[in-house]
Amino acid sequence: MSDHDYQPSSKLGKWFNDRLPLLTLSNHLQEYPTPKNLNYWWTFGGILTFCLITQIVTGIILGMHYIAHADLAFESVEHIMRDVNYGWLIRYVHANGASMFFLAVYIHIFRSLYYGSYKSPREVIWIIGMIIYFLMMATAFMGYVLPWGQMSFWGATVITNLFSAIPFIGESVTNWLWGGYSVDNPTLTRFFSLHYLLPFLILGLVILHIWALHVPGNNNPIGIDIKKPSKDTVPFHPYIVIKDLFALLLFLIVFAFFVFYSPNILGHADNYIEADPLVTPAHIVPEWYLLPFYAILRSVPDKLLGVIAMFASIFVLVILPWLDTSKVRSAIFRPIYKQFYWFLVADVLILGYMGAMPAEGTYLIIARVATVYYFLHFLVILPVLGRKEKTLDIPLSITEPVLGGYPNQATTKNNQNIKEKL
Amino acid sequence: MKKFLKILLFISLISNLNYVKVFAESSAELLKVDWSFKSFFGKFDRASLQRGYQVYNEVCASCHSVKYLSYRNLAEKGGPEFSEEEAKAIASNFEVIDGPDSTGEMFTRPARLSDKFVSPYANDQEAKAANGGAYPPDMSVLVKARKGGADYIYSLLLGYDDPPADIKLDDGVYYNKYMYGNKIKMSSPLSDDLLEYSDGTKATTEQMSKDVVTFLMWAAEPHLEQRHKFGFRVIIYLVIISILVYFSMKKIWSRIESKI
Repeated sequence: MSDHDYQPSSKLGKWFNDRLPLLTLSNHLQEYPTPKNLNYWWTFGGILTFCLITQIVTGIILGMHYIAHADLAFESVEHIMRDVNYGWLIRYVHANGASMFFLAVYIHIFRSLYYGSYKSPREVIWIIGMIIYFLMMATAFMGYVLPWGQMSFWGATVITNLFSAIPFIGESVTNWLWGGYSVDNPTLTRFFSLHYLLPFLILGLVILHIWALHVPGNNNPIGIDIKKPSKDTVPFHPYIVIKDLFALLLFLIVFAFFVFYSPNILGHADNYIEADPLVTPAHIVPEWYLLPFYAILRSVPDKLLGVIAMFASIFVLVILPWLDTSKVRSAIFRPIYKQFYWFLVADVLILGYMGAMPAEGTYLIIARVATVYYFLHFLVILPVLGRKEKTLDIPLSITEPVLGGYPNQATTKNNQNIKEKL
Repeated sequence: MKKFLKILLFISLISNLNYVKVFAESSAELLKVDWSFKSFFGKFDRASLQRGYQVYNEVCASCHSVKYLSYRNLAEKGGPEFSEEEAKAIASNFEVIDGPDSTGEMFTRPARLSDKFVSPYANDQEAKAANGGAYPPDMSVLVKARKGGADYIYSLLLGYDDPPADIKLDDGVYYNKYMYGNKIKMSSPLSDDLLEYSDGTKATTEQMSKDVVTFLMWAAEPHLEQRHKFGFRVIIYLVIISILVYFSMKKIWSRIESKI
């Protein structure tokens, strides 16, 4: 990369940098050439980093007061809410922070889907991202178990029971996961331990995610390869830093509304009832961000196949760079893909809604259709579309449409289209 | 930027719509009360909280515990705000088991401010046995533990009615319009002039329901007032700093020919 010949100005800095090139790294992060046409959908990477740090910091503080024991967990959460100084604030930030984290990650993923950011040469960034997403779901699920309310307990029971669908060894695996013959204290203590561990794995993967990003550089709304650095790019600092900060502040306003004015709206009322293995809640529903997967799981009549379908729905995302055969990245130049993209968004929203409804009657039928369409999108539509679709002409650089300079007649019409769409 | 905000608005509208649908499935439309603690600057009605404590103490407390409240909470800011002397006097009406003392014996003493609210029953089994097998739930977080929250509890208290002809009720089971499944094992706890308010307010069933639900809301969210106050300040601060950062951003980006 261009900035590797960086020399610190002070003698001490040079001495240190020769031994550990932290100053080179810092310089690289500041100078990192970023496409100047990134829109606000690109600010969610920074927002997500903020979310992760917030969850880790609030989580560590909660961990100082929380007691991972089946008889004491619920009470210790109430202790945090009532008697720990600003405990209510820290817990509500942590609980709503999880929802905000997922809101941001879904926007981040769907941005990537729209602008084709997962395509060559960024497949590794995408795959690391998917592993992060998977770990996030595992972490969030285990975190939801910790307050040991009714939904915690029964959610844990439903999800861990999925492993009993594995042929032959299912039951042993489930007992091994539980540390007993049902969800009980050993399950809670190991979930606490893992809930504390996984965020740090995520942090490590985030560093790899960013490292992998800094090799080819950012994709951009028109999805073309750009020369770096050039008139198409701006240094990360201060241009992108200030823009990310502005977007983060807007995001925090939404965040604050949830924390201060409806802190329990995203949770389930039943989780304020202490876990009782003898009373099953009327509807067992996971947190909102897991609902689409829950809908897929329940729409398959066979338990084992349902579990396979659920994991497959994530796995198709991992192999997406090879399923989407189109060489053109951005949906701006793919008129048909763009339509299917919005169908997919609608499909996932429908799945999420069906996940919250009881799995019966019309709901179940709609969930099944939506599940089939989900796989159809990735396994059939994308591979075929990549070969058949007639894409629009692609501009040569970012600066042309931005500055409005059209070098030749052929691209003029196109560029006007782009201008409207950006 | 505009398009981005439009889409965000659209998404939030859709999610609100879903929210309404998901949660609007209960059998009867809940009675809505214009609670003083709702809205941005919502605060508890101090007098209502004190009356609510009286209703809890004289009616609910014979079966329901509030085990996460302490007597000191009664004198804390944002709560019923009894004076410390009043709270001490309230606490001293209850007996708690303490010990062992220096001779190894357990003993009873009057409750102090630092004690948790004394439960009516020694354990869950005793509570069940005394209530025909139904466990009277702890009321500490009851408002948050029921869909519909304060409105639901309020409706439930006023929802007792004669059962429709097609519903048969066993002994000790009562019909309630708002209860899940319409059957409840608690008999209607409130009736007009069941108690005499010390501040002279007329003790109608509606008034008592409103007061006790206010009290229970506070019991579930003792820091609600502080939360609302904080929230307002935080959001004002965020809005101001966003505006400042927005103009800084405009200035910085004006150095190059590009729109943000």
